[in-house]
Amino acid sequence: MNDTPIFDEMWGRDEALRAPYARFQHWLEGEDMARLRAKQREAEEVFRLTGITFNVYGRAEAEERLIPFDIIPRIISGREWLRLSKGIEQRVRAINAFLHDIYHRQEIVRAGRIPEEAISRNDAFLPQMIGVEPPGGIYTHIVGIDLVRTGDDQFYVLEDNARTPSGVSYMLENRETMLQMFPELFAQNRVQPVQSYPADLRRSLAACAPATMGPPTVAVLTPGIYNSAYFEHAFLADQMGVELVEGNDLRVVDGKVAMRTTQGYQPIDVLYRRVDDDFLDPLNFNPDSALGIPGIMDVYRAGGITIANAPGTGIADDKAIYSYMPEIVEFYTGEKALLENVPTWRCSEADALAYVLDNLQDLVVKEVHGSGGYGMLIGPTATKKDLAEFRRKLKARPGNYIAQPTLSLSTVPIFTRKGLAPRHVDLRPFVLVSPQGINITPGGLTRVALKKGSLVVNSSQGGGTKDTWVLED
Amino acid sequence: MLGKTANGLFWMYRYLERAENTSRLVETGQRIALTRLDSSDGEWLSIMQTAGVADGYLAHHDEVTKEAAIDWMLRARDNPSSVLSTISEARQNARLVRTALTHDVWEAMNGCYMKVRGALARRVNERDLPAAIDCIQQHTALVRGTTQGTMLRNDIFNFARIGTYLERADNIARILDVKYYVLLPGVQSVGSSIDNVQWETILRSVSARGGFRMVHGNQASPVDIANFLILDRRMPRSLRFSITKIRDNLDYLASDYGARLESHAQVETLVHRFLSHDIDAIFDYGLHEYLQDLLGALAGLGRQIEIDYRFYE
Repeated sequence: MNDTPIFDEMWGRDEALRAPYARFQHWLEGEDMARLRAKQREAEEVFRLTGITFNVYGRAEAEERLIPFDIIPRIISGREWLRLSKGIEQRVRAINAFLHDIYHRQEIVRAGRIPEEAISRNDAFLPQMIGVEPPGGIYTHIVGIDLVRTGDDQFYVLEDNARTPSGVSYMLENRETMLQMFPELFAQNRVQPVQSYPADLRRSLAACAPATMGPPTVAVLTPGIYNSAYFEHAFLADQMGVELVEGNDLRVVDGKVAMRTTQGYQPIDVLYRRVDDDFLDPLNFNPDSALGIPGIMDVYRAGGITIANAPGTGIADDKAIYSYMPEIVEFYTGEKALLENVPTWRCSEADALAYVLDNLQDLVVKEVHGSGGYGMLIGPTATKKDLAEFRRKLKARPGNYIAQPTLSLSTVPIFTRKGLAPRHVDLRPFVLVSPQGINITPGGLTRVALKKGSLVVNSSQGGGTKDTWVLED
Repeated sequence: MLGKTANGLFWMYRYLERAENTSRLVETGQRIALTRLDSSDGEWLSIMQTAGVADGYLAHHDEVTKEAAIDWMLRARDNPSSVLSTISEARQNARLVRTALTHDVWEAMNGCYMKVRGALARRVNERDLPAAIDCIQQHTALVRGTTQGTMLRNDIFNFARIGTYLERADNIARILDVKYYVLLPGVQSVGSSIDNVQWETILRSVSARGGFRMVHGNQASPVDIANFLILDRRMPRSLRFSITKIRDNLDYLASDYGARLESHAQVETLVHRFLSHDIDAIFDYGLHEYLQDLLGALAGLGRQIEIDYRFYE
């Protein structure tokens, strides 16, 4: 950590108002706190009534919580966004090329850019996918790239979410809520719209369908109403106008995956699945899974259905593979990566492990397969006990961890009882991929750590969300 | 539409109807307790019988008290037909079929759950009971209203209506069956005053007092009450009305899907068997027997609809 002030996206490092926030600040000066407090409460009421909740793992069944919503928007200029979106597009292209390669000829391994065991000994590598051609050649139909910012021009990719990125319903509902509560802000600022996402998603999924007679049938597969993201699954199915199915609604009929309707079984062409690979097909993967559809992988291999995202894409968002992303982007696009990676130590390597153990109090340590902010160590704020425990864990299973420097994440003001106060944020833009091209919704989901000084933005750990504006410059 | 969705809609509206009926029974019980000097706590056992929750109550309690009975009917988690249990179930089913509901219906259902849960968070004392009952009735009415006002008239709507009216017919038949002995001719002489606790219970518990007065004035016989609740075409909580709605909605499904199934044959038989006779013939047959037969036929029809429309695997 250094002593330079933290970069605030509204006030920079030196309390000078940054351009994208100029009109917003002007509006804010004319507002009184009491009205804003009332608006903040009103927003929470809207969310509660709409049922925008998530279920908390490890708590009483069906306990639903709201993700706190903060009414102060996070604002990005059109120019900043253009740069980011080019970098995102490049990265997503590379990820798809990488996935195709590792499930086919593995040129990148042959070229010596990635060690063979990083693939073959990776739990997220799915041997069942070797040689499979997904319809349209697309592996990651929906991607969420987690970005953090440390300065005016410094962005880093923190994580690639290539399996089942969640949170897009919050992006959409946050905007709806802001439109309802502060219409005048949208009259004063030219904010690029996000509302076409569900229609874009449906079009993008349909474009990846296997060859069918007539328009393809799309469905969303959910693990069920107790899943933490059930609200989002229902929301997306509803907004796309497609069925929301569970494993027990589906079976293989005449070589197609079909859903049980009131009038018999009807075939599905594209399945946007929100269940993990392991639970997809009890015949081919986890035999104990009650969530999956026996035989779906056989239909898939025969080209009878599109599964979005494709099975086996998890290897691309694995944190150990992440550390190779600069090489991966360069290898497949022939260009230098436009978006930077956070420097990453792979603890499986002896030198790296030694360094990590020596500097543990300055680093963030993450589990290779972890997510949701669980099982990680933030060195600078960790207790002695935590540090000792992670030292033990690292020595026992070094290959299970990576470490990164503690980044000085940018802040954006949130609305608190005492007025505006800066809090750390990240950004998850959502990317759709189809043979017709790559579509990135302007903005994405801004997650914000509500606790002062906290760097953990995950909703499961008390983080909140904000509406994210990309301005039309 | 998914079979699972039809199932969820059917049950969402069944539970909603049951919650409303139960709250009305509690209201009736309280009203009688307050206005009838000769009423006793024992009357609550009869009220719970009409709601079909007396056995469960007795399994959990040693004696019948007004407070415990009200709590059992409104809040008890151990009672799957308590208002709180049924509203939670209705809302859970609504989550399951979220994609089949309009935004308005979902919000009304979710709001209903939130408000009722709030109103029933603690044991409801006597003073707060009217407000709690109001809350339940207003919010279930809002779900019904948004359903009527915003849903397409398609198969989604049909399954919702079939659930509503199957539950309603079942509830009315149960109420009548528990009280059937006071409706038998000869218990009181024809033309006597309607000033009878039992009759009032029956009419109030199906919101039929006003309608009945319009048709029969204040002088009526038990046969008139039975006729009104079983065979009247205008009364939205009569057996005839409910069963006719079930048949209509099954018919819409048949023409929409282009297929008549076993449940269509069953509902025709049901209509013929139970609605083609006058009230005297029903009494000749035996009111209790008639109601028992009807309850069995309704349950059978429900099971057949589940099969015909693939509610389950």
